[in-house]
Amino acid sequence: MDHVLLARMLFGTSMAFHIIFATLTVGLSLMIFFAEWMRALRNDLDYAILAKRLTKGLAILLGVAIPTGTIVAIMLSLLWPGFMEIVGQVIALPFQIEIFAFFLESLFLAIYVYAADRLSPAMRIISSFFIAFGAVASAVLITSAHSWMNTPRGFDIIDGQIENVNPLAAALSPSFWSTSYHVVSTAYMTGAFVLCAVAAFKLLKPSITAAEVRYHQKGLMLALVFGFLMSVWTGFTGHDTTVMLYEEIPIKLAAAEGLFDTQTNAPLTILGTPSPEANEVIGGLEFPGLLSWLATGSTDGVVQGLNDFPVEQWPPLFVHTLFNVMVGIGFALIAVSGLGLLFSFFRRKQDGIRFPKWLLIALVAAGPLAMIGIETGWIFSCTGRQPWIIFGVQTTAEAATTSGNLGLLFFLFSTLYLVLLILTSFVMYFYFKRNPLRQDMSAFR
Amino acid sequence: MESVYVAVLLLWALLFIYAVAGSIDFGTGFWAMYYSRQNHYKATTIANNFLSPAWKVTNVFLVLLVVAFVALFPGAAPTLGTLMIVPFCLVLLLLTIRSAFLVYAYSTKKYSRMLTLVSGLCGLFIPAILVSILPAAIGGFVVVAGDKQYILVNELFLSPAFYTHVGFGLVTQLFISALFMCDYAKEAGDESTASSYRKNAIFLGPVTLVFAVAAIFTLIPEAPWMFEKFLSLWHWYTLSLFAFALGYSALWWRSKTSHLGHPRAALLLIVVQFGLASIAYGSAHLPYLLYPNVTIYDAFTNETMFRYLLIGFLIGLAILVPVFLYFWRLFFKDKAYLQSDQHDYS
Ligand code: HDD
Ligand code: HEM
Ligand code: HEM
Repeated sequence: MDHVLLARMLFGTSMAFHIIFATLTVGLSLMIFFAEWMRALRNDLDYAILAKRLTKGLAILLGVAIPTGTIVAIMLSLLWPGFMEIVGQVIALPFQIEIFAFFLESLFLAIYVYAADRLSPAMRIISSFFIAFGAVASAVLITSAHSWMNTPRGFDIIDGQIENVNPLAAALSPSFWSTSYHVVSTAYMTGAFVLCAVAAFKLLKPSITAAEVRYHQKGLMLALVFGFLMSVWTGFTGHDTTVMLYEEIPIKLAAAEGLFDTQTNAPLTILGTPSPEANEVIGGLEFPGLLSWLATGSTDGVVQGLNDFPVEQWPPLFVHTLFNVMVGIGFALIAVSGLGLLFSFFRRKQDGIRFPKWLLIALVAAGPLAMIGIETGWIFSCTGRQPWIIFGVQTTAEAATTSGNLGLLFFLFSTLYLVLLILTSFVMYFYFKRNPLRQDMSAFR
Repeated sequence: MESVYVAVLLLWALLFIYAVAGSIDFGTGFWAMYYSRQNHYKATTIANNFLSPAWKVTNVFLVLLVVAFVALFPGAAPTLGTLMIVPFCLVLLLLTIRSAFLVYAYSTKKYSRMLTLVSGLCGLFIPAILVSILPAAIGGFVVVAGDKQYILVNELFLSPAFYTHVGFGLVTQLFISALFMCDYAKEAGDESTASSYRKNAIFLGPVTLVFAVAAIFTLIPEAPWMFEKFLSLWHWYTLSLFAFALGYSALWWRSKTSHLGHPRAALLLIVVQFGLASIAYGSAHLPYLLYPNVTIYDAFTNETMFRYLLIGFLIGLAILVPVFLYFWRLFFKDKAYLQSDQHDYS
């Protein structure tokens, strides 16, 4: 296997693994802040317990998020030296500021966790705020670098040399705002739905006590309201990102939609397999005019198709499926959380569990689905950029290391990730089994 | 001063901070493991009280170091990416296992002995590997064939310089962390634990010195160009030796309150010694980042980026320093915390 492919596999696997934990820490840290807030607002100890248990979960997740983040940050220099040579001269700023966000998050997390009994209530809220702020800031800053790879700005290449560097123009490239909003809204909805999933799972247990129902329902409601808001917002941010693709990277949009011919009244095609031979998506569900309308605001809008571009520059066409999965999950989650809110509104006065069993099961599924949305979204975004590493400037092959040994490293790291995934699940399971909710409830009362 | 020298100085400062902080972090992880095997409960607890809040912060310094290196000297990235990929990946694997197992060990009492053993040992080897990269960076072991570069792995493994550097990495982290833990335990008011750590420091001090000298002398055949520069920097080494002697002796300085000497003074002086020696080593290394292909001038970023990075750095520091001070007060000064036993979180 050639070393470029191996480097891509190694880096992609590492990112895909880091993102599971990173996204969850972004989402969970905000939920902890909310729980602290509700606790102060309502003076309700259930929220204190919720914050405490979420914090434990966060601490375990960070035990993997931090070293895997370190892996990807260092691997970036090791696997893509040609890329980093340009990054260092043009877009080093967000990487550097990101470090300060990490510091903020780590310092305040230590303060929040280990000094908890010595903090005033106000200081507790402030610390949890800065944990959440550090996490989301690191996500936005890395997104700045990522969006620059899609829409590179802030430099000129003259005779192979980089000139006229403008670090701010690079950091605030045209796709920065839309992509950042989308990354933040999806990270938050994922955190919320994972919390929903845990609470709904607990509510499904037959042996649950009335106090536990009250506790889990509070957690579920908090997550559900927030998850619904964030998933609706995700619909909007996703739309803005699509419009950004239309304006800046039409070839990526064409691959995402499986659109071959440039046309007005372009259809939106769901599912199916794009086939260059047939010049269309085979077996898909077609909505005429919808794509033009979504991208340009009118069914008369012209959308460029893949045939406008040289075949060597096409991304792999399976990104169509990744894109569909992501968008499908987005709409499914709006529906599930919307239904959840309806039920809880109409069954407000009822004692006990407000949700029917089938809805609880759907809510359990919402957590993993959101995570799949994140994974497919990122893989779509990175693979859809191929063959470029910096769109229009440098190809992935030019950027790759020439070192051998990558096969062995790929094997070692994949094994490590698999082991960590299994161990982390076990550790979570054992921890919460050994420290059941009942124990925390009696400790706080 | 020329920008490129400001950049080198900045990088040196970060490297120095990480060398000290990392040594303390990984060394303390080892001591926590060692004393839990010995069933020395208090020594383990005190080590863990330091590790729990601190390991994440130390880790950020490693990332900062790498990011600053690539940002300030992007021209070194290609060589770094080909030459250093295997040792760095090894470090990354160990680091991941170490951090994750540290957290797992706090969360599952049942397996915590085994998990602590693994994390302590993995941590122990990280500084050793990082230091062993030094001889690879000064030439001798690198060949250029066409546009590719290779490390002569066999020759590296057969060279005494490699082993003296590995040994040096192992013992310095244990020495510095023992001094640090001695001071930390004393701050917590636990004289008997402090005295255990003091004994370790007393034993490790001279061993560290021997390895340091051996590491320099084994370099002679590999990098004569560097050794010549060492000779012209002899006053730095003399100062450094002097700081070592003074610091080591501080363990016996008379103190009104305890019979442990002055571990705080000892620690600070040894850190100063470390600083002096690394300035000497670093200046002998200049202008090469990787001998003989990459100099700091070739690799330096452009002036615009440099200015932005510097400003970003200053703003970042202005925000973080107050938080650091608060952190310090909570975890290094507060007796109640120092004496507590909270393994519960990671
Ligand atoms: C829970 C996860 C999730 C959900 C439900 C959605 N997305 Fe998304 N999407 C992401 C998670 C995500 C992401 C992981 O955050 C990505 C990957 C790269 C990025 O910038 O954000 C992304 C990227 C991304 C891109 C590509 C940006 C690029 O290539 O730079 C587009 C066009 C959309 N999204 C559009 C949508 C639309 C129209 C959605 C319908 C509601 C949608 N996304 C739901
Ligand atoms: C966090 C979730 C992410 C995931 C799951 C992810 C996934 C991937 C995958 C699968 C690849 C291989 C693509 C291919 O070769 O087909 C890749 C490549 C890459 N990604 Fe991402 N990515 C993520 C985020 C990022 C971010 C935020 C950056 C920017 C800093 C980034 C930078 C890169 C680079 C430099 C490559 C290698 C070059 C390339 O293949 O274009 N990735 N990523
Ligand atoms: C959009 C995708 C990403 C998100 C949302 C994200 C978010 C996070 C979060 C929340 C953490 C934990 C921070 C802490 O507590 O210290 C983290 C760790 C880290 N991430 Fe990511 N990250 C993403 C992609 C990346 C990429 C592409 C890189 C590499 C360039 C990276 C580098 C790191 C590093 C170095 C750490 C460890 C920091 C430390 O030592 O504390 N991340 N990430």
